[in-house]
Amino acid sequence: MKQIRIGSGAGYGGDRIEPAIDLIERGNLDYIIFECLAERTISLAQKAKQKNPELGYNELFEYRFDKILDALKDHKVKVITNMGAANPESAAVRCLEMAKEKGFEKLKIAYVKGDDIGDRLGDYLDYPVLETGGSLSEIQGEILSANGYIGIQGIVDALRNGADIIITGRVADPSLALGPLVYEFGWSMEDYDKLGKGTWIGHLLECAGQVTGGYFADPGYKDVPELWNLGFPMIEVDETGNGIITKLPGTGGMVTSETVKEQTLYEIQDPENYFTPDVIADFSKVKIEEAGKDRVRISGASGKAPTGNYKTSVGYHDCYIGEGQISYGGGNAVAKAQLAKEILEKRFEKIGLVYDEIRFDFIGMNSLYGDSISKQLNSGNIAEVRLRVVARVKTIAEAELVGNEVEALYTNGPSGGGGATKNIKDIVSIASIFIPVEDFTISVGYLEADNKNKQESQPSPIYG
Amino acid sequence: MKLKEKAHSRTGDKGNISIISVIAYHDEDYAFIKEKVTEERVKEYFKEIVHGNITRYEIESISALNFVMEDALGGGITRSLAMDMHGKSLGSALLEMEIG
Repeated sequence: MKQIRIGSGAGYGGDRIEPAIDLIERGNLDYIIFECLAERTISLAQKAKQKNPELGYNELFEYRFDKILDALKDHKVKVITNMGAANPESAAVRCLEMAKEKGFEKLKIAYVKGDDIGDRLGDYLDYPVLETGGSLSEIQGEILSANGYIGIQGIVDALRNGADIIITGRVADPSLALGPLVYEFGWSMEDYDKLGKGTWIGHLLECAGQVTGGYFADPGYKDVPELWNLGFPMIEVDETGNGIITKLPGTGGMVTSETVKEQTLYEIQDPENYFTPDVIADFSKVKIEEAGKDRVRISGASGKAPTGNYKTSVGYHDCYIGEGQISYGGGNAVAKAQLAKEILEKRFEKIGLVYDEIRFDFIGMNSLYGDSISKQLNSGNIAEVRLRVVARVKTIAEAELVGNEVEALYTNGPSGGGGATKNIKDIVSIASIFIPVEDFTISVGYLEADNKNKQESQPSPIYG
Repeated sequence: MKLKEKAHSRTGDKGNISIISVIAYHDEDYAFIKEKVTEERVKEYFKEIVHGNITRYEIESISALNFVMEDALGGGITRSLAMDMHGKSLGSALLEMEIG
């Protein structure tokens, strides 16, 4: 039975690169995927593109592709990534330049467009926003970007046209792996059981090291070997859509039924209804069985027809957050931090700081769990505590005041305050709306190392 | 006995929702965990942090529970004022729950 091998080269935009290169070189892979787009990343990338129309793709794109392309010279592995962010076309152009510099004679790079509907957002102002419950028109801040989570259509089309590297913008994360599975095994877009299985595979791979022992270790309870040398996952999958998830020998981490169970449920709400643009996947009856060291057999996912809408993330400028921190030590550390808090509260009142929300944390005591849980868990004397104050405000100037007041505690506050820090964050938030699939036009462009003329084509329809 | 003796956990986030899995180390403990770690107990446990509904999903085939906790992340990870804006540390707290 035909089998393909897909590796995962990144679990987020800033992930380690060595495990990905190791997989390309030693994994006997057919494909490697790099999932690099968090919810807000594309809004920030859009800002970069506005300043320079040739930018707006992943900031580490060149760093990564320098190493990826070197590895591809001797290993024919197809690369699928959403590192295109707000500008897949420019990322593809840059990738081609790099490939030529490295002497590639034959390489076909595809870029998928059509997720960005920022120029048509006016059509959807009365659409309800998932996060706020209000309509999109009620969003106050400047809108920066609007991108639909599109599915596998562009990826499958690019593979049919012989692409070696596929660069997308916003695509549903599991689609990066589901795309090659549909292409390789010729699955119908209405075979929802298969699409559900492939979506589970994509879901397990998309966070890379999180299924091979990353985000898992709990010393004494769940020990993981050599996390500094964590191997990234790969899956061997056949046309049934079931497979074995594993990692390379000689790497750190581990693949066990426990790591796979944790990642199966990671960020899944109702396991019976995991919504993606391609399918509503069902993970509620999955089977996860160990099949040797670092080998876990997965089977039993299924699915049903998708909703017909693409979840669309609208990024907008929301607010500023100002923050300051300072540490106190010794037997009276807590009392000093408490005094510092009282001073700050009075200072903010005196200078007339206007904020929408404010929060004080005593780091080391209650910053993670608040007071009621922390009281149950804390024990013994606390010999050092770090006071943190953070406020949501409307302007940079107000945000600056927060940290400045903390810094002024050096000379005006309790004795022995040390290590004051301050920072300001410009907050971009996300409003999600649901837009009919028909409103999106997906297209794929191609660049070839042996042909300077770039071609852009509409993908042939693969639905229906 | 604490939950961490019988189960492991992973925490994730979606917007303002925190999602915590509770997975039995051994299948034979699953029924006991289901009985002890109810929606009501988790809601009471996280009352200072979680301000919305908590729904518990049961995944029998892998002896796991999935708690979906709404309005749990200070308005959502993009704008939360919390140190741990993703709430990634919340599962570690849940594992400290006494289960008798």
